[in-house]
Amino acid sequence: MVRYHGAHGPISLEKRPKTVPIPPPGKAPMRLTATELACRRGGRDVFSGVSFTVGSGEALTITGRNGAGKSSLLRLVAGFIRPCSGRLSFEGGDPELSLGEQAHYLGHQDAVKPSLSVAENLQFWAAFLDAELGAGADKVAEALEAFGLGEISALPAAYLSAGQRRRLSIARLVAVKRPIWLLDEPTSTLDATAQDRLSGIMGAHLAEGGLVLAATHAPLGLAGARELRLGELNPRSASAALSAGEEKP
Amino acid sequence: MTPLTALLVRDMRIAVRVGGGALMGVLFFLVVVTLTPFAVGPDLVLLKRIGPAILWLAALLASLLALDRLFAGDHEDGSLDLILTGRAPLELVVAVKGVAHWLTTALPLVVAAPLLGLFLNLDAPAQAGLMLTLLIGTPALTFIGLIGAAIAATLRRGGLLLAIIVLPLTVPVLIFGVAAANAAVSGPVPFGTPFTVECALTLASLVIGPFAAAAALRLEME
Repeated sequence: MVRYHGAHGPISLEKRPKTVPIPPPGKAPMRLTATELACRRGGRDVFSGVSFTVGSGEALTITGRNGAGKSSLLRLVAGFIRPCSGRLSFEGGDPELSLGEQAHYLGHQDAVKPSLSVAENLQFWAAFLDAELGAGADKVAEALEAFGLGEISALPAAYLSAGQRRRLSIARLVAVKRPIWLLDEPTSTLDATAQDRLSGIMGAHLAEGGLVLAATHAPLGLAGARELRLGELNPRSASAALSAGEEKP
Repeated sequence: MTPLTALLVRDMRIAVRVGGGALMGVLFFLVVVTLTPFAVGPDLVLLKRIGPAILWLAALLASLLALDRLFAGDHEDGSLDLILTGRAPLELVVAVKGVAHWLTTALPLVVAAPLLGLFLNLDAPAQAGLMLTLLIGTPALTFIGLIGAAIAATLRRGGLLLAIIVLPLTVPVLIFGVAAANAAVSGPVPFGTPFTVECALTLASLVIGPFAAAAALRLEME
């Protein structure tokens, strides 16, 4: 497979080395390391001194009170905002891509266009986010089916309930393979079945050697997930406490 | 489908469906131009003289109509975040969104212009000239508008700010577009001179617009 930048074909004519989005476990393990990250938003210190390491097949849940900076931390890892100090590094990924370009970001908003149909919404994101050209239509159909949206795939997304929109948004994670998942409150508005399904796909992603960072208030049903607690010590400049939890089973 | 063609198709689909605003522009254009003879009166000579200016002003205002939703919609529903995690450069993304906007809102204006030219007493060669100036000039309006749309993306009521930012920047395009159209309608100035400058302005805005808009979007995401 040849990697493409944008729509205008390969940048160079020479053959590029093959890149595999997620190497099988054991081969070229990936590691996301954050060192002493600090974030300032609107003149207020949101958090400082946050350090963590997430490797292939590991999940990190980020917890903390409202306003502790869980979403900011995820947006920072995705590259939407810059840290005011500290460093983020990612080993084992594609060196030509930024961290955000190798990550799925599932934010509070679902990025679903009401005037497009359910299938069109997912098809667009699959084509836009996937570096491989011609992202398979069957992959999209499969992802919709997995989240119980197969029957309503032709329905305009305007008619979806909040939970269905959320499921459509999550189906993106399955339709396009990316090694890092940044999930912000992924279970909000999901029913019990969909929550189970989400735990299932997160488990499968970890088993393939992917990384999951999830900000959450509710347990995600991930065995061996470590926990990063933000804003425990000092509400003004929150430091982080990383609880070891138990390692991978 | 490559990422950018997917974006083009998606933006055009959204524009032509319910609430998309593609038809709004051309209807607004129609209404403004139709009202002019009622306001000015049935003075055919006067209408012919001010016709190109009226068509150009209407096209300028119509192309601004749906522009404020161009990035604001994507910002509000989180699509802009995901677009940033895509691998297409933001400048090209912005340019493709501009192209989709031009195809769905400005191109119908260009097509409708000859019909409306009839209301303003323009003859066939004049209409052809006018249509050509609009065809070349409206991409400049859209791509200058991209800058304003990007600056206003995170604001709740960005439409007014957009007009205030964008309209002064479109003055050169308006001057040379109307000058070329007037030359086509009534002479005696050669058509080529203002038209060449208009082409140059369009080419410049095609380059500057996407870079400036992408820079504005990046700043706002912080």
